[in-house]
Amino acid sequence: MTDDLRSLEAETAAAIAAAPDLRALEAVRIGVLGRNGSLTALLKALGAVPAEQRRERGAALNAAKAAIEAALEARRTELEAAALEARLAAERIDITLPPRPAAPGTAADGSIHPISRTMEELTAIFGAMGFTVAEGPDIESDWHNFGALNIPDHHPARQDHDTFYLPGPDGRRPVLRTHTSPVQIRTMLTQPPPIRVIVPGRTFRADHDATHSPMFHQVEGLVIGRDITLGHLKGCLIDFLRAFFGIRDLPVRFRSSYFPFTEPSMEVDIGWNRRSGELGAGGDWLEILGSGMVHPKVLANCGLDPREWQGFAFGMGIERITMLKHGIPDLRPFYESDVRWLAHTGSDPLSPASLHGGV
Amino acid sequence: MRFTLSWLRDHLETEADARAIADTLTRIGLEVESVEDRAAALGGFRIARVVEAVQHPNADRLRALKVDIGDGRLLSVVCGAPNARAGMIGVAALPGAFIPGTGITLKAGEIRGVTSEAMMLSAREMGLGDDHAGIVELPGDAQVGESYARWAGLDDPVIEISVTPNRGDALSVRGIARDLAAAGLGRLKPWSAPAIAPAYPSPLKWTIEDPRACLWVLGRAVRGLRNGPSPEWLRRRLLAIGLRPISALVDITNFFTFDLGRPLHVFDVAKVKGATLAMRMARPGEELAALNGRTYALTAEDGVIADAAGPEALGGVIGGEHSGCDETTTECFIECALFDPVRIALSGRRHDIRTDARARFERGVDPHLLPAFLDAATRMILDLCGGEPSEVSEAGAEPAWRREATLRFHRVAALGGLDLPPAESVARLERLGFAVTARDEASVTVAVPSWRNDIAVDRSAYRAGGGGLALARELPPERAAAVAAGVAAVEPEADLVEEVLRLGGLDAVPPVSLPVLAAVPEPAWTPAQARAALARRVLAARGMKEAVSFAFLARETAALFGETPDSLRLVNPIAADLDQMRPTPVASLLLAAARNAARGFPSVALAEIGGAYRDTTPQGQAAIAAGVRTGHTPRHWAEPSRPVDAMDAKGDAMALLAALGAPMAGITAAAGAPGWYHPGRSGVLRQGPKLVLATFGEVHPKVRAALGLDGPAVAFEVFLDAIADPKRRRKGVPELPPFQPVRRDFAFLVDGSVAAEALLRAAKGADKALIAEVSLFDRYAGDRLPPGKVSLAIEVVIQPRERTLTEAEIEVVSQKIVAAVGKATGAVLRT
Repeated sequence: MTDDLRSLEAETAAAIAAAPDLRALEAVRIGVLGRNGSLTALLKALGAVPAEQRRERGAALNAAKAAIEAALEARRTELEAAALEARLAAERIDITLPPRPAAPGTAADGSIHPISRTMEELTAIFGAMGFTVAEGPDIESDWHNFGALNIPDHHPARQDHDTFYLPGPDGRRPVLRTHTSPVQIRTMLTQPPPIRVIVPGRTFRADHDATHSPMFHQVEGLVIGRDITLGHLKGCLIDFLRAFFGIRDLPVRFRSSYFPFTEPSMEVDIGWNRRSGELGAGGDWLEILGSGMVHPKVLANCGLDPREWQGFAFGMGIERITMLKHGIPDLRPFYESDVRWLAHTGSDPLSPASLHGGV
Repeated sequence: MRFTLSWLRDHLETEADARAIADTLTRIGLEVESVEDRAAALGGFRIARVVEAVQHPNADRLRALKVDIGDGRLLSVVCGAPNARAGMIGVAALPGAFIPGTGITLKAGEIRGVTSEAMMLSAREMGLGDDHAGIVELPGDAQVGESYARWAGLDDPVIEISVTPNRGDALSVRGIARDLAAAGLGRLKPWSAPAIAPAYPSPLKWTIEDPRACLWVLGRAVRGLRNGPSPEWLRRRLLAIGLRPISALVDITNFFTFDLGRPLHVFDVAKVKGATLAMRMARPGEELAALNGRTYALTAEDGVIADAAGPEALGGVIGGEHSGCDETTTECFIECALFDPVRIALSGRRHDIRTDARARFERGVDPHLLPAFLDAATRMILDLCGGEPSEVSEAGAEPAWRREATLRFHRVAALGGLDLPPAESVARLERLGFAVTARDEASVTVAVPSWRNDIAVDRSAYRAGGGGLALARELPPERAAAVAAGVAAVEPEADLVEEVLRLGGLDAVPPVSLPVLAAVPEPAWTPAQARAALARRVLAARGMKEAVSFAFLARETAALFGETPDSLRLVNPIAADLDQMRPTPVASLLLAAARNAARGFPSVALAEIGGAYRDTTPQGQAAIAAGVRTGHTPRHWAEPSRPVDAMDAKGDAMALLAALGAPMAGITAAAGAPGWYHPGRSGVLRQGPKLVLATFGEVHPKVRAALGLDGPAVAFEVFLDAIADPKRRRKGVPELPPFQPVRRDFAFLVDGSVAAEALLRAAKGADKALIAEVSLFDRYAGDRLPPGKVSLAIEVVIQPRERTLTEAEIEVVSQKIVAAVGKATGAVLRT
């Protein structure tokens, strides 16, 4: 590299470093790389260089150009960040000022999400039957979500869950709970029977299509006592379904099924018309929830002697019963937060669900 | 599990139709997914003979046919098929029939001057395939006039049931027949194994090198056979349930998989290397080229069937391609084995292989009848392929599956809620194959049949379902022992109660409303839950729309809002942009706002009550009420539109805190909001010096840009867990002084950096007895003031308590205010 080029590079670097703002930096750029810039002039003069030196000289000029451009860019980023910082600092407001007396909107603009609405209705109805609401974390241990519920690692039922896992040692990886059932376990471990709880909450499964969302909501129910029978399970669920859907004579059908955490297990159908979607009539059956008598092993895993205590549990999809009750055709908009959908489907913030007001 | 009605009738004597059978199956827990009556769509199609076929007088490509449909008439039919000719037998549709292949209902008509009173059909028109080269041609012995569906064997409804994971026995036609018979629908036909006389020593021997690989295995060779296509009845059955017929030997193994729930495998003896088949665990580096065309790298946890050359099958899951049977096979070796269900489940899952064999072995197959099933399969091979059978080679032994269970009759009512006479309970169990070994007035003890691996599982050495106990670690030892004893005592009984109830249908159990615990129930919500519900309403009442969004989002997005620990990154996200647990619901809401803006709705107000995740512990999940506002306030003649600002967010957070019972008098605003807020236009709301209850402010322009939000955006978070449960105290008697309050205004000139809150606090504290309220009503910064100064104007409410104050006394209070404010903030009264 020749001395002229070396000194040009050094001078430019100093000028770039010294540029106090973006305008000054731009001036440096034009002075060196602009149409009449000093480096541009050297590049133009390349033609006059003797052929045997031209190649070497060209490479040196290009390297210098690249180095200067990189330095300009680095400084530009620096100055921009500083300018933004300065602007933000200048924009400082007194955050201790009292806010305005009124919000920019009113209850007429706001709405309660249909999932929350349904959870409140569930609380009102089950609350009247003596249930309280229990909750648990979204991230669960493998034991709470599977093992304690009599779902061992190899069980075929477990594959159907398509569980989301978080990093951890094999077999003890935390999971995003696949159902609200782990709260059954948490409740039995902390609360002496008799127990009547419902557990509404978020649940997660690795499934995403028109009828499945990777996150959805379930409500779990758990009743433990000394003399709770399958007859109570049926009575309780029939009472709930008829109240929730507001159909006094809603047909409810119970079918034998299998879940690892209940025995006997059953699925519950309600009567509807498949074509019109009308509930309560039509002669078709729609599966709506799973239930059963709590499995003796589940009771034992939580320290309850199954010779002494028994009861029932159930679980149902909150979106599902919400869609059925309100005739909402599609699952996906529940989580998209489209304000048009929220305005249309949401409910009035000033009328909470209550039994006296009617759910 | 699919089967046809006629197949079921091989095992079940019944006149019931498919509908009645389906209803019963669903009632007893074998849920019917579908009943497919293939004949219904073909109902109107009759076998017909073409009596005459001549060239259509007015169309080159058409023929005019006379067709005999078996009722004495000769119908005129115009037909374009090139193969239509006199004497052929085909299928005709009459007017009114729906043609599945074209979607048209047939009408009689006239085609270029010739009447057409029917239609001769191609396979495609009948919806039975793609063949449309010509009309269907049937063999000469087909009966003219007969229903085509019946002739073709398609009048056999196909029933599909979904079988729950505990019922391996119901993955067989015989098992389904048994359940139906036990439920009172039909009678189970007897079944017994045929006798097989061995003609030569087995050319292959079994060894079990590793007991983990196999429990018990039988094998027998058949030589001198011919492995051609299966007979029509077998092909039809397999096709009906969705299996492709391959060759007689393969079809026979598939038949037994479904007929008896007994997966079998047949090796081609000529292709097996050496004279021994070994059950062992796979060795490092071993692979299997499987029948499905894929090659699997085996692990030391996979049990294999190996010959001298290496693995020939992944035992119980899938066979190998190399030693399978094909049309050249003349000697086969039938494998009838019993595997550990858990190992099969894990191997199948590890390699993601779903086969009919795996489905049965992992649920458990009959551990007893292996010799009988091997004989049955041998018989069918001899019948369909000829040849002669060898002796049986055997290794391992029948596991100790025999066990008993006891039912105390009162438990049917006490657990199941159904009053049932003891005799009926016993009869139901016996119909299911349980054998009574002891009975008294109060209870019955039964032997569990070999095919019911789901009953009294812990007492069987061949365990499919149930995995023992998984007791909570915190249980004291004596408690653990007691509950384990409880399970051992009652679980088998619960199994039997379930069987008894199931067979009668659960609809027979009378529903009973839950007993009332208290005339008026306790509150269902804890105070924290009630607070979350209130938060939702307060925010919605301030015009926000409540949203519910995914708890995970893209890691890069999450990183804009704080830490993204690896421990909160999903191992198996469903999409790359849903892989990190969110650090705050604000992230989800801003993403939603950006989506709304892209749809043409730049001004939104969204709120969410949901989780923010710090770590994987229950305490690591914070309950947060979050909200965002974007864009501008509405345009209105009386109220100009303006961009939303930090004070809107602060207003939301303060209103929420107040509604939730936070001690508002002690709450101060301070800097220190997270970095995703604008550093100069955000803050936290603190109770005392440390406890942060909320954050609020303008969203940092960089974050807005990263999310694609062009306009103004503000946000807040309220940490619901941080707010203490308000104490439920009786409200005291309110202080209602009879003296009018006095209002005085003060305007202070103060340095721009002084917090308004400091000034208000100083004024309020100037005379605690008399000053009831202080509020800021004006703030001015501008040309008329010295640079760097602002004017803050406050209204002070002075509340006399004992007597009306004199002007002088009021003046004293005023002086105190000016002094206190001056001392605290350096402010001076504007004059």
